[in-house]
Amino acid sequence: MLRFIALRLVKAAVILIAIVTLNFFLIHAAPGDPAAVMAGEAGAADQIFLDQLKEQFGLDKPLLTQLGIYLGGVVQLDLGFSYRQQMPVADLILDRLPATLLLTITAFVISLVFGVLAGVLASARVGKWSDTIISTIALLFYATPLYWAALMAVLLFSVELNWLPGFGYETVGGGYTGFARALDIGEHLILPALTLGLFFMAVYMRMTRASMLEVSTLDFVKTARAKGLKPGIIQWRHIFRNAMLPVLTLAGLQAGQLVGGAVLTETVFAWPGIGRLMFDALAQRDYNVLLGVFFVSAAMVLLFNLITDILYRVVDPRIRAS
Amino acid sequence: MRDFWKRFKRNRGAVAGLAILVLVILIAILAPLLFPQSPWKMVQRPFLPPLTMEALPLGTDALGRNVLSGLAYGAQVSLLIGLVSTVVSLLIGIPIGALAGYFGGIVDDALMRFTEFFQTVPNFALAIVLVAIFEPSVQSIIGAIAIVSWPPVARLVRGEVLSLRSREYVEAAILSGQKNSTIIWRQILPNTLSPIIVLASLMVATAILLESSLSFLGLGDPNLMSWGYMIGAARTVIRQAWWLSFFPGFAILVTVLALNLIGEGLNDALNPRLSRKGK
Repeated sequence: MLRFIALRLVKAAVILIAIVTLNFFLIHAAPGDPAAVMAGEAGAADQIFLDQLKEQFGLDKPLLTQLGIYLGGVVQLDLGFSYRQQMPVADLILDRLPATLLLTITAFVISLVFGVLAGVLASARVGKWSDTIISTIALLFYATPLYWAALMAVLLFSVELNWLPGFGYETVGGGYTGFARALDIGEHLILPALTLGLFFMAVYMRMTRASMLEVSTLDFVKTARAKGLKPGIIQWRHIFRNAMLPVLTLAGLQAGQLVGGAVLTETVFAWPGIGRLMFDALAQRDYNVLLGVFFVSAAMVLLFNLITDILYRVVDPRIRAS
Repeated sequence: MRDFWKRFKRNRGAVAGLAILVLVILIAILAPLLFPQSPWKMVQRPFLPPLTMEALPLGTDALGRNVLSGLAYGAQVSLLIGLVSTVVSLLIGIPIGALAGYFGGIVDDALMRFTEFFQTVPNFALAIVLVAIFEPSVQSIIGAIAIVSWPPVARLVRGEVLSLRSREYVEAAILSGQKNSTIIWRQILPNTLSPIIVLASLMVATAILLESSLSFLGLGDPNLMSWGYMIGAARTVIRQAWWLSFFPGFAILVTVLALNLIGEGLNDALNPRLSRKGK
């Protein structure tokens, strides 16, 4: 197991280096002077700062040397400086990361739990009206732009019904502390997490349903039925455990997409995470922030993938043995 | 062909999807005839609610522009970008998958690591970075969507080619001394067409969602009226004017839903052996 984790960590490191390299070449492929690109929107930076960047990144040296300098910086967690915000990009991101983690992990858990439950339910009632209803809802969620779902949720639950807050991370000036504060944040979390999770819920539901139906045709299930086991036991203990493997794999891959989706959700809900940071950086063409958020979200994807791989081994003893 | 249609018709959802898509295509094509004025032009007072004026059934936006006209022109953008970016992804993904599957070995390893890399990178974040750095335009948006969308194509084609490569008719072609390129192009690829068509129809749907999300964030082509842009512009005034964000989003939902339904229908019709398995 340790060897496996070590191997995966090395692989993740290689991918991260590749992403940093990609970032580097993007800066150079962009129209205009690389120093100006790093400084943000042309004209925003003064000459002294540009010269300083040229000096720091050796922008008059050969391209490979420059790549070395850039990589060396990232290894020391130096993601550049946001001229616009007058702060190192790494600090900006670290500041916002907890909010994004809270949002994406909540959305992930909600979508996985409800998606899988709905999928199991639909597969148990295949062809019946409850299956039709669940499948139709999944089809609709699957086609809904998530930022639009977010806006409509604000309109309905926040503006019209006034049930839930549709803006921000906590009540401004609420002065809550301790448990009351956690409750307040939780209230603010419901709409963003639900709307971010909708699309993924549909994905997991469809996958679970298809996977359950596929496994249920296998021989060992027939054996279990022939033995006269209760349908509920067959459903959960025999079919479900085996049907979960492809769903988990998919979940690991999709978890990364949640971070991308968070850009949209956080924009709508003014959620103070790295997605909102990216949106604000867009308007100002603050490229260092954009590339930094891109890098961190890729790192999060790798982390999520690693976690699912480990989970995968816990769920499936066959993989653990090999 | 008749067989195909018969099987496609059996899936009622797919037929409904096709009908909706034809309608959206018609609206896109006829937009300049239906609405000769530019969708950017101010026609009435701002924030005119729907159904208050007969000529403007969906009302006007914050700058007094005709929402219905915007929707019609937005259909052009969505369909165009969805279609072209899918074609470009196929042009990247099919050769990579075909080479990897046909030659195997180191070529396969190298190409698949490359593909895996692009699959691991968060799609949407990469698309945002690409469009922002190369400045929003139709070309950069299509390029960015294609770059983040091709890996599934490569993996699919690789798998198909891998299994076809060991068939007798391919071995016969190799023994008869045909060039590798001829074998791939003439013997193998035509047989991978059905799953590619199914995947492509679903990719158009995803591309439309991606394009609208980029436009929503302000990364649309500034010269084109698109659905995502309309929602993005309406975001801050949602409390005053719900219709400005409701209708364009509904248009996206319906179009994407139609394409997904068509994809399922194509799957039933083109892969009859596989299609009923998961149902």
